[in-house]
Amino acid sequence: MSGILVLVEHRQGQLRPVSLEVLGAAVQAKAASGEAVTVAVLGAQPNAWVESLKLAGVDEIVTVETSTDAFDPEVYETVARALIEARKPSLVLLPHTIDTLGYAAPLAAKGNYGFTTDAFGLARDGADWLATRSGYGQKVNMEIEFPGKETTIVTLRPGAFKAPETAASPAVSTFAAPALTPRSRHLAFEEPAASGDVDIPGAEFILSVGRGIGEETHVEQFRELAETVGATLGCSRPIADSGWLPKAHQVGQSGKTAAACKMYIAMGISGSVQHMAGMKHVDNIIAVNTDPEASIFTIARYGIVGDIFDIAEELRSHF
Amino acid sequence: MKILVTIKQVASLDEDFELNDDGRDVSADFHVFDLNEWDHYALEEAMRLKEGANGDIEIVVATVGPEGADDELRKCLAKGADRAIRIWSDELEDADPVAIARVLAALARKEAPDMIFAGVQASDHAYGVTGMALAGLIDWPHAAVVAGLDYAPGAKTATARRELEGGSYATVEVQCPAVLTIQLGINTPRYASLRGIKQAAQRPIETFTPDELGLAAGETGAAGSLSRIRRVYVPATGRAQMIEGTPAEQAARLAGLIKEFRGETK
Repeated sequence: MSGILVLVEHRQGQLRPVSLEVLGAAVQAKAASGEAVTVAVLGAQPNAWVESLKLAGVDEIVTVETSTDAFDPEVYETVARALIEARKPSLVLLPHTIDTLGYAAPLAAKGNYGFTTDAFGLARDGADWLATRSGYGQKVNMEIEFPGKETTIVTLRPGAFKAPETAASPAVSTFAAPALTPRSRHLAFEEPAASGDVDIPGAEFILSVGRGIGEETHVEQFRELAETVGATLGCSRPIADSGWLPKAHQVGQSGKTAAACKMYIAMGISGSVQHMAGMKHVDNIIAVNTDPEASIFTIARYGIVGDIFDIAEELRSHF
Repeated sequence: MKILVTIKQVASLDEDFELNDDGRDVSADFHVFDLNEWDHYALEEAMRLKEGANGDIEIVVATVGPEGADDELRKCLAKGADRAIRIWSDELEDADPVAIARVLAALARKEAPDMIFAGVQASDHAYGVTGMALAGLIDWPHAAVVAGLDYAPGAKTATARRELEGGSYATVEVQCPAVLTIQLGINTPRYASLRGIKQAAQRPIETFTPDELGLAAGETGAAGSLSRIRRVYVPATGRAQMIEGTPAEQAARLAGLIKEFRGETK
C-alpha cells in the first residue's frame, strides 16, 4: 500500500478552496513518506478542473466523469472505493466538510479502512500515519493511530493546512466511474437569504453576540451598543437558529466569514470550531465572557472575564 | 411506523481536569454528563412527525453506553419517546465511532424502523461519523446535515434540505427508509414537562449486550474500530492578554481599544 489519494470538492462551478488546502497537506505527507500524490476530481466535465489542480507536489490528476456536477454521497463513496481498490493508497485525504460528512463514514465503515475526522495535524510514525484532532470541546488534543490498517482515510479541518502556491505539470489520466443508481437526487441549491443592510463579509468592525445574551429581549440593547460604537452586529449560530437575528448576521462555517474584519468583539460567545472558522483570522479579537476557560480566549488578543451586560452598560458611557 | 433516534451521553470537562494514568483519556472523575445538543433536535423532529401523524408512530430512542447513560434516555422518554434501549458491555469502552455504529446497525436490523435520525455530531468529540457509518453498515439511503425535512410518514421518498457552508442549502430527494443526520436549528426542541419527567423515572429501559444483538466478538470494541486513541494531551494554546479590574475599568480599556482602532486617539 503506497500513495496519497485526495478527492477534491466543487460546488456550483467553484472549486472549494479547502480542497487545495487538503492538497497542501498531501504534499506535506509526501515529504514525510516519499509516497506519490494523486488527486481525483469528479464531475460532468471533470477536465474543466484540471488546470487549477496542476500544483507543485501533485504527481497525478485523475478525472472521473459522473452524470452530474451536483454532489451525491453514494457517487462519491463508490468512486472513492473504486479508486482505493485500484490504487491501494496508504492514505486518503478529504476535507472535513458538509459533503464529506455524507460519504466518508460509510466509505470507511464498509471498507474497514483506518478512519478519523476533523484532523488538524498529520504525521508519519515509521510506516504508520498519525492524525491529531481535538476532543471534549477543544479542551484536549487526541493523537489517533490506525493499528493494522493498510489504507487510512482522514478528513482535514478547513483552515489547518496551506494550499500549494506554485504550479507544476503533473500527469493527467482518466478513471471510469463504476455504474451506480444513486438512491438520492439533488433537486436545487438555495442561496443565502438577502442580507438587507447587514454585510458581515464587508464589515471592518464587528460586535458579535452569542448564547450569553440569554434572552431575545436582550438583543435590542446590543444592537444599540453596536450602533453606538460604530460596529456591524454579528452573532453566533444559536442566536440565528432561535430567530433572534436574521441568518445574515451569523458568523461562522454555516454563516458568513468576516473577511474584511479588522476588529471583532465577541460578547457571550464561547468559541466553537464552527464559529471560529468565520473569524479567527481577524487581527484584533476581543472576547468578553464570564467563563475564563472559554475557547474564544485562546484566539483573542484581549480578554475580559466579566458579565457582558455590566461591560456593555459601562462601555456605552464612553461614546 | 417506527422511527429510531440514536442518542449519545456526552461529556464536558470540569476545570482542572486530570488525565488517566494510561494518558489515553481524561479521568472520568472530571466528566460532566449531558444529552448531546444535536439529539434534542433529532428527537424533536421525530416527535413532530408523530404529532402530524396523529400519534401513529412509535419513537424508539437508543444509545450505546454504560448504565449512567440511562439519565439521557429518560430525558427522551420525558419528552415523549415511546421506548428506550441501551446497549453496553465492557469491551465497548474502547469503541471508536464506527464500532459504536456497528452496534447501532445490529439494533437497527432487529428493530426494523422506517426511518433513523441521528445528530450531525456530538458536542464532545465532534467526529460527525456515527450516524452516517450506521447508514453505510445497513446500506440505507442517507443524507447528512439535514436542516429541513419534508416527509409524510410511510412515503417512499423524503425531501431533505441540507445545510451547506456559507449560508447556502441543497435540497435533495432521498429514498426511504433512510438515515438522516439532523442539524441544529431544524426545529425548536420542546422541554420535558414535570409530569413527563416524573413518569419517565418509572419507565423501563430495555438493555442488551452486543452479543445479544448478534454481534461477533471481532465486531465490537477495539476490534470493530477503525482508529485508536494513542494519547490525549492538553495543547499549548494561545492566551488572550486579560484586561483586569472592575467592570468600569475593563470597559474603559475596551473603549480605548475601540477608539484607537477608529483612529480617534493617539
